[in-house]
Amino acid sequence: MPVAPPKAFFRVLDEIGPVDAVGIEERVAKYTTRSIKKEAKVWGLRKAVSMVDLTTLEGKDTPGKIDSLCSKALHPSDDPTVPTVAAVCVYPSMVRRAKSHVADTKVRVASVATAFPSGQLPLKLRLQEVRSAVTDGADEIDMVINRGAFLSGEYNEVRDEISAVVEACGDAALKVILEVSELETYDSIRVASFLAMESIREGDFIKTSTGKTSLNATLGNNQVMLEAIRDFYLDTGTAIGMKPAGGIRAAKQALQFLIAIKETLGDAWLTNERYRFGASALLNDLLRQLAKEKSGAYQAPYYFSDATDSY
Amino acid sequence: MPRLPITKTPKVYVGGAFIRSESARTFPLRDARGAFYANIPQCTRKDLRNAVEAAAKAGPGWARRTAYNRGQILYRLAEMLEARRAEMAEALGVGGIGRAAAVREVSAAVDRLIYYAGWADKYEQVLGNVNPVAAPFFNFTVTEPMGIVGIVAPDPAPLLGLISLVAPVITSGNTTVALASEKAPYPAIVLGEMLATSDLPGGVVNLLTGFRKELVPTFATHTHLRAVSAVASADERKAIQLGAADSVKRTRLLKAEERIDWFSADAQHLYAIRDFVEFKTTWHPIGS
Amino acid sequence: MPPLASPPPKSSPRSGRPRPELIFGDLWPYDPAPETADPKLKPRYDLFIDGKFVPARGGKYFDTINPATEKKLAEVALAGPADVDAAYQAARRAADGVWGRMAGRERAKYLFRIARLLQDRAREFAVAETLNGGKPIKESRDFDVPMAAAHFFYHAGWADKLEYVAPGRRVAPLGVVGQVIPWNFPLLMLAWKIAPALAMGNTVVLKPAETTPITALKLAEIFQDAGLPPGVVNLVTGAGATGAAVMAHPIAAKVAFTGSTEVGKIIMRSLAGTDKKMTMELGGKAANIIFDDAPINQAVEGVVNGIFFNQGHVCCAGSRLLVHEPVAEAVIAKLKQRLRVLRVGDPLDKNTDVGAINSREQLNKIRHLVDVGVKEGAELYQAPCPLPARGFFFRPTLLTGVTQSHRVAREEIFGPVLSILTFRTVDEAVEKANNTAFGLSAGVWTDKGSRILKMSTELKAGVVWANTFNKFDPASPFGGYKESGFGREGGRQGILDYAKLV
Repeated sequence: MPVAPPKAFFRVLDEIGPVDAVGIEERVAKYTTRSIKKEAKVWGLRKAVSMVDLTTLEGKDTPGKIDSLCSKALHPSDDPTVPTVAAVCVYPSMVRRAKSHVADTKVRVASVATAFPSGQLPLKLRLQEVRSAVTDGADEIDMVINRGAFLSGEYNEVRDEISAVVEACGDAALKVILEVSELETYDSIRVASFLAMESIREGDFIKTSTGKTSLNATLGNNQVMLEAIRDFYLDTGTAIGMKPAGGIRAAKQALQFLIAIKETLGDAWLTNERYRFGASALLNDLLRQLAKEKSGAYQAPYYFSDATDSY
Repeated sequence: MPRLPITKTPKVYVGGAFIRSESARTFPLRDARGAFYANIPQCTRKDLRNAVEAAAKAGPGWARRTAYNRGQILYRLAEMLEARRAEMAEALGVGGIGRAAAVREVSAAVDRLIYYAGWADKYEQVLGNVNPVAAPFFNFTVTEPMGIVGIVAPDPAPLLGLISLVAPVITSGNTTVALASEKAPYPAIVLGEMLATSDLPGGVVNLLTGFRKELVPTFATHTHLRAVSAVASADERKAIQLGAADSVKRTRLLKAEERIDWFSADAQHLYAIRDFVEFKTTWHPIGS
Repeated sequence: MPPLASPPPKSSPRSGRPRPELIFGDLWPYDPAPETADPKLKPRYDLFIDGKFVPARGGKYFDTINPATEKKLAEVALAGPADVDAAYQAARRAADGVWGRMAGRERAKYLFRIARLLQDRAREFAVAETLNGGKPIKESRDFDVPMAAAHFFYHAGWADKLEYVAPGRRVAPLGVVGQVIPWNFPLLMLAWKIAPALAMGNTVVLKPAETTPITALKLAEIFQDAGLPPGVVNLVTGAGATGAAVMAHPIAAKVAFTGSTEVGKIIMRSLAGTDKKMTMELGGKAANIIFDDAPINQAVEGVVNGIFFNQGHVCCAGSRLLVHEPVAEAVIAKLKQRLRVLRVGDPLDKNTDVGAINSREQLNKIRHLVDVGVKEGAELYQAPCPLPARGFFFRPTLLTGVTQSHRVAREEIFGPVLSILTFRTVDEAVEKANNTAFGLSAGVWTDKGSRILKMSTELKAGVVWANTFNKFDPASPFGGYKESGFGREGGRQGILDYAKLV
């Protein structure tokens, strides 16, 4: 941490228990040595596709880009066994456009709101943004926590703001982004996870990152959050979902995250109602690997639409 | 008419007190000319057991002393011996050692104590390690005392031999029960009096007198003794090793049938300390 | 020390609701992922003496099996006293004629070469180790074999730097060393024993365990490929009688033994009256101590690794769990959950976490001691995992409500069985941990660095793991206090135990 953590931090940590960084790294290293082959691999790849929040969060996003994204989300592959993705994730200005494509399908519209990615707007405006996105048809809202308040120990402020966003969401599900890269330690990620979970509802999510900073989702911070979700669930009975975001580009990584779920939270979290991947490039690699499993031949990237890597 | 001198009743130093054998047995000590000198306690297996209890009681406190403090106490013991060189030389003389040789032995014993006093706060720096393991842990190896160490002293050089065995053992925080030379026990009786006036806590060094035949088997088999350091005959060595097996005791056995030059610089070394320490390795995580 | 405050148990579920449960079912079963590398086994293995594979004089062979299937893997020569003598004569010649005189830097090159050749054939050795010993392939692949190579690599570098081993003294090789190793880490224990002995300039006669001789004999192929001079390492296979002959041979200047405390004592008795140096690495009953401020999730992980690693066939296994009362309930609940995720079964499957028990005899011993534990009043919990129909398997097992006087708290079970006790204060934890004739290892779980060092100081054990367990490294000395043996293996301390001070 850049500055000494506030007293409130230690009070919470004392209650929920700390994290041993070396132990976490060791645990997740074991996930990477699991060998997922054949049927298990195909099942995992399809499951991962169904968990993707297909995301575009660029300043240069255009309605055309959103059209293309939605089309891909609804029809990732010609293979009928490949499911649709869980959601498309877009800026609020694009919600209406996205909704027009996916309305009445299983694909949901998620929108980042609350002055994503920094969160640096007055609460009033952030709430307004949430309400506007929901009104435009967003099924899910991805918010960022107030890291300034968190880091200075103003935990009530953090909780109150999340509660206000929950209220503004109405029926829309909420995903609370902790922005782990700014939290620096696993202890801090665990504390922030609990703060968020205490203020949200069953079916809501906690999420690692905006994808706009240097450190994104890793197996390590995913594990810390999964364990927080597990401890919270066993304590309260409230099942919170999880969304790692940013940096997950390869199918192999996605399988490792799925192994982490299976071995930490169990079968009940192996569903897109409780687990999502915030990603853009990941989908194509999942599709490539699925095609490879089906045909037996390794696939060139440019066989897949919207591939960024076309060399 | 000349004054009849008051003779001293020899007692052994156990648990910081001067005691007779629980059995009340003694054996007569004769001087070099064969004249009666004194009755020496003939300690028994039970005395050995009691001494082990005393050593066990003193052990944790002694081990917890700072290395600096242990060094100072050993130095203080050397001071006591130095100040009473004449008395100790006389005690050695009882066993037939000539005056000059006796003085030389006392001096060497003082120097030996000084040698180990200086090691007390250094041996750890030489024997311990930080180990570069291939994982995110700070890994270090430190020494710790073994516990209670039994000592069987040689007959030649009854003072210097005894001190050469005892000093490295207590330097690292062990406590000891030592059997003095059977043939020349008197220096150990006098040494006990010096130990009592040094700052060495009672029970750290317990000195017994008596017969090897009677006591060596118990040194071998007492399971609370974590180690035995002895100058022993072939039969005694075998008996000690057999007994040691029952509780996986550490042994350091020098051969009584070989000539040991206790005065040599080789008779004192770091590895005499090392033989009575355990190595403990700790893995401490490095994380945030 | 003042008692720690005992707040009400943490993480107790809020009342009025059924306890939430996690489902570790078969929604996503991992397909079998068998390791397919060829272990390149020979149908028959002879003794390795004087650089050559030679049949035993008696002409007898014994079968070595795969404990996961009970099927024969190969037959192995049974060495008698004459074979052991031949091995010692060869070792003596090599010590006097070649190895003891060779410049350290040249000895180093042989050891480096062995390390490299073992790395080249790592997967093949891992499969052989798993087939013969029953341990999961992920352990033989990720731990045993790479660690064995690391031991040769580490010690190689000492061979030309021996003047730094014992400050103030010069060191010399002892001569010929007799070594007997156990079946739990067949290749790794061999490396622990041979590498420092050779680096110091000794030559070796080694007996692998009766049930797991294969990787040792495969390593002999590497010794040949490396051009190691004949007689430097000699391997004699057989059972207890062969081991006794190796320990007792008059040429052996030192013997090193890893195995049970019981056998260690027998060896010590048999050597009484000789001048042989000894290193004994014997049994353990390690305490793994969890304080209420510990990172509980990682502690649970560490406890699982501490006792179920290699089916609990680990002398330093964390077989006694001491839990601080405020978190006992939570820790035990989490342990039970974690056990449900463990995969027990085919050791060759890359996803197997717990493999086969090494032998029927050992399986019977484990069963017996668990029965005793239950009869003495301990409560039994076993992972509900399916077990293969054939082979020697035992479910990961917890015994709760164990007290200090129970046999399962005092005796080494050497299997996947964890005895759980609780404590209230730091002093009580230390007392309970040290209340044993063993003293090989201990674990401490706390978030408080100063408490780690305090506990490390108080615990009578040769290795103390803080917020981790079962970690090993060639640079890290390993060995016991009290009846867990004496001498160290690994690090500067370990190599010194193979030297004579001159």
